[in-house]
Amino acid sequence: MAATRAAAQPAFPELTPHREPDPESSGWLSVLREDAPDRQQGIAKLHAMLVRAARAEVSRRASGFMIGGPESDDLAHHAAADAVLAILAKLDTFRGESRFTTWAYRFVILEVSAKIGRHMWQRPTVAMDNEQWDRLPERFGIDPSVHAQARDLLTALRHAIEQNLTPHQRRVFIAIVLNAVPLDAVTLELGSNRDAIYKTMFDARGKLRAALAANGYLNDDTDSDEGR
Amino acid sequence: MSDYPALDRFLRTDPRDVGCDQALAVLDLYVELILAGPAEPAGGTGATRERYPGVTAHLLACGPCHDDYQGLLIAAGSTRGP
Repeated sequence: MAATRAAAQPAFPELTPHREPDPESSGWLSVLREDAPDRQQGIAKLHAMLVRAARAEVSRRASGFMIGGPESDDLAHHAAADAVLAILAKLDTFRGESRFTTWAYRFVILEVSAKIGRHMWQRPTVAMDNEQWDRLPERFGIDPSVHAQARDLLTALRHAIEQNLTPHQRRVFIAIVLNAVPLDAVTLELGSNRDAIYKTMFDARGKLRAALAANGYLNDDTDSDEGR
Repeated sequence: MSDYPALDRFLRTDPRDVGCDQALAVLDLYVELILAGPAEPAGGTGATRERYPGVTAHLLACGPCHDDYQGLLIAAGSTRGP
């Protein structure tokens, strides 16, 4: 049985109701309004704040991808500039549910994330469609030389990947799991979006668990609170 | 307890998982709750998890979104007083 996801449910049925922004957030809103006399100063202050956050975020993620020096600073500045534009365009949607700064930081973090994903897509270290089946054991910490059962499990897993997944699911699974291509790079390669690729993997994971459970390798359950 | 814990964890799906779009749409609210409450590991566990189980489930399973969550947590946390 394939697992299902709560796609049709609202994320937050009890979402925080609209409330007046806190004084600091109100200050940001008043200075960023289109008719604010000191708007340019406000935009400059916002931009400076987001550049600092973007630099810190790029630096934090730098170990995971090959970028550094001027290129990383350039990425941070572009992310901050794009975030400022997005924030100004969506200022009317700010409802004061969080602090303005947290709301604004969300934009720049997602911009950094998207730009790093694009960077990795443009500089692939491995072809997405390679089928490096010999990497399957290490990806899941399984040593087939230890037990015959482990070898059987890996054979069953590969069979399930080849037989139980749709071509699209198989392609995405092989790219992300066997080839360790970042999910965001797969998204760009396929002209898709993160949510859709995640959903593809979610469904593939459920199918593979069901297939392995049918052969007694794993328990046939979707998640519970256990072990979290 | 599975004999293959890494595989077991990877293939385990949570039906409460709301996916990337919904989780990222409210990431600022989620982070503020985390910052306002006692320390919670991973994608949040205690009060935040109880309130937003679908987002917590997602952040525990989606590496890219968890990375975004960590980044926002650090950025927003850096502007808070002790």
